[in-house]
Amino acid sequence: MPVRVQTSDFDAGREIAALRAGDARVGAVASFIGTVRDLSDATAVSGLTLEHYPGMTEKALEAILADARARFDIFDGLVIHRVGELKPTDQIVLVVVTSAHRGDAFDACRFLMDYLKTKAPFWKRESTTAGDRWVEARAGDDDAAARWDATR
Amino acid sequence: MLVSDRASPLLLTMLASRPALAASTTIRTVYLARLREVFASRGEALTLAADAATVADVLDTLRARGGAWAVELAPGRAVRVAVNHTLAPPATRVRNGDEVALFPPVTGG
Repeated sequence: MPVRVQTSDFDAGREIAALRAGDARVGAVASFIGTVRDLSDATAVSGLTLEHYPGMTEKALEAILADARARFDIFDGLVIHRVGELKPTDQIVLVVVTSAHRGDAFDACRFLMDYLKTKAPFWKRESTTAGDRWVEARAGDDDAAARWDATR
Repeated sequence: MLVSDRASPLLLTMLASRPALAASTTIRTVYLARLREVFASRGEALTLAADAATVADVLDTLRARGGAWAVELAPGRAVRVAVNHTLAPPATRVRNGDEVALFPPVTGG
């Protein structure tokens, strides 16, 4: 269940191949990639700076992965999250889950992203035509995470 | 530091020689993202009056400074706290040497 926080880009194909390499139990691989958009709340975004809390970030992501393993029938999981300076179209985050069947793979992948967005210490700062601004958390993100709390 | 610089050398000597009985808790705070900017600080050593201090006491102590501290940490404002790298509710105990981080709701992913 590896977790990586890095400034460099990632190759999803290579990461997926490595995660399921030689594991013939795997019948389903679900993945999610989050990318930088050029528009936020109707304002043009020219760049994004991702800050995190070194020391807590890896611990939080590992806890979320352990939670996913306890909730779903999955074999393995991977989370890569980038930090630092990013620009529109850049990749931000990769989540990959392997399982025997698609149901647990899809659910675990969605769970990991929903929890990551409310529990992992990352913050986005946008550069826009109106100046720099910290991205505000969305109530919808809390709702998405709370949906899983109810099914615990 | 909230230890007054007017404290007598004798008192400081007494506190230093009886750390287990000292009626205070000294922690290390960390301010992140937008809070680091508005507080103009990455963190500090903070001494709390209570020897059975909680996360709520940390917030009360900082709020009492007024200004941006009172505004950002006002009741009802969304502030997250982590003690030693784990998210912690207000009733969580803090102990000497703990790292207590304050930050806005997270926005990664």
